[in-house]
Amino acid sequence: MTCLGVIQSYGLRSLGFGERLLPRSDFTLCDQVVLIGSGLIWNVYFGVLALGLGFFAATGLALAKSARASLIRKPAEWFVFIFRGSPLFIQFFLAYEAFVLLPDIGITIDLGLVTLTATTDWLTRAWAGALIVLFLNTAAYAAEIFHGALLAIPKGDLEAADAYGLTGRKRFARIIWPTMLRLAWPAYTNEAIFLFHATTLVFFSGFPAWQQRGDALYYAKYFADRTFNPFVPYPIVAGYFILLTLVVILVFSLVNRRLNRHLPQKARARLRLRLQLIR
Amino acid sequence: MFAFCADPATLAGAPWLACYLTTGKHMLFYGAFLMVLGLLAITAPLALVFGFGGAMASRSSVAPLRWLGQAYIAMVRGVPDIVFFLFVPIALDQGLEWLRHQILCPDWTDPIRQGRDFVVCAAAKLPQSSAPAWVHSAYGFATAVFAFAVVFGAFAGNVLVGAMHAVPRAQLETAEAYGMTPRQVFARILVPQMWIYALPGLSNLWMILIKATPLLFLLGIPDIVYWARDLGGAKTSAFSYPHPDWRLWYFLALLVFYLGMTKVSETLLGRLTARLSYGQATAAGEALRKAAA
Repeated sequence: MTCLGVIQSYGLRSLGFGERLLPRSDFTLCDQVVLIGSGLIWNVYFGVLALGLGFFAATGLALAKSARASLIRKPAEWFVFIFRGSPLFIQFFLAYEAFVLLPDIGITIDLGLVTLTATTDWLTRAWAGALIVLFLNTAAYAAEIFHGALLAIPKGDLEAADAYGLTGRKRFARIIWPTMLRLAWPAYTNEAIFLFHATTLVFFSGFPAWQQRGDALYYAKYFADRTFNPFVPYPIVAGYFILLTLVVILVFSLVNRRLNRHLPQKARARLRLRLQLIR
Repeated sequence: MFAFCADPATLAGAPWLACYLTTGKHMLFYGAFLMVLGLLAITAPLALVFGFGGAMASRSSVAPLRWLGQAYIAMVRGVPDIVFFLFVPIALDQGLEWLRHQILCPDWTDPIRQGRDFVVCAAAKLPQSSAPAWVHSAYGFATAVFAFAVVFGAFAGNVLVGAMHAVPRAQLETAEAYGMTPRQVFARILVPQMWIYALPGLSNLWMILIKATPLLFLLGIPDIVYWARDLGGAKTSAFSYPHPDWRLWYFLALLVFYLGMTKVSETLLGRLTARLSYGQATAAGEALRKAAA
């Protein structure tokens, strides 16, 4: 099979299109590159959706965490502590077992006139279940970053806002939120990078790869197990992830430039990438 | 374990639970917690050594050594750590066997990679097939520790390079003015002062290391995740202690264990930071001075 043929049969294999059976023997380099690349679709799916949804949840959580009323503050603090203090790997297992225990038939909700039946089996599938865990996890990590940034907003900015008579929602939307994002952005970029890295855990942690539709690392492990040669598939995954990381850095630095556009050149916060890897 | 556990079928309530929680397999489960602590105790210093080596190499004046050190420190940035955890143990195993093969069986002519198989002569196998079972599991654990040390060494190297840069330049210049050689400056001035700058990064790293320990499961080692799945799975009446699917509770226990570890570490590291900041020319040291005055 030529490489073009391989792309046609396996390019979208991870989504269930194309050839049903995975290659069994005589693996070419093209097979490995195409199939692992196809698995990368899932990593991007989990990463983009979890980050996109988690961003808003994190903003809310950060505000809740800095609220004065302890009825709002305490739950937010506990949420952040639980999701940042325990391994993501264990969270995946726990969530999977919890979703499995939900009734198979579905939960029947009696609304008097009509009865709704909510099926729950889709929660045990990776596309939904793992996404929920990743969403909650990144919300907690980002909330901690945003909370730190909220505390770091210059006092003068807030006083200036008060002096202009800005209050409530307007004060938040025009002053607090943009400043918080600007201060948090370098750390949030790190969080984004490592969230993408964390997506590789999904299919190693309880969530089964249904019909062998897995992510990049799932296919790399498939090849490594079949050929007993780790020196080809794992460097391919590594290469893909370096590319993905570069794309993330590019996108986030564009946003960073926009957030800092009102500042003099020298004062602009450059993206400095710091450590914070496994969850 | 207890005398009344002889016939579990007749038990109910608290005695049943006491007997259930002290079966041989549960003892192995509790032992696995000790193994996690052992892994932390071995890996943390080893990773620090690796990181120190990497940081020193990346500052070396010998260009190839410097490139090697910089590449090592940079490697964890773009690639998920799990890839390394899957890659390093197999690569290490095959590398060692290949070396031993070259030394022990020089007149072997067949290729080592035969299609799907990696074939070395029997004398080069690691561990030897005649070795007792504990050697096999110890070897597996050792390769896992090595993988952890390599990955976390790269992280630690990152932190230490930053800390070395953070030591005030004036300190080093003063040492040079006193006529110290570069080696003396490094050992007497730079290294003793860099720890307070490295501590935030290293404590962060410790937290990450704690949270990375369940990944031992991926390396095929019977760790706490393995036992939680094994013990928690539904047991039919063919077993002495039948129960439905309890994996959720076992994983909840693991979650609590990790949260506890995090909390304890946070407290201890906070104290250590306060201790190391004492008398330092940093904001934290200044705050301590003012609080005392």
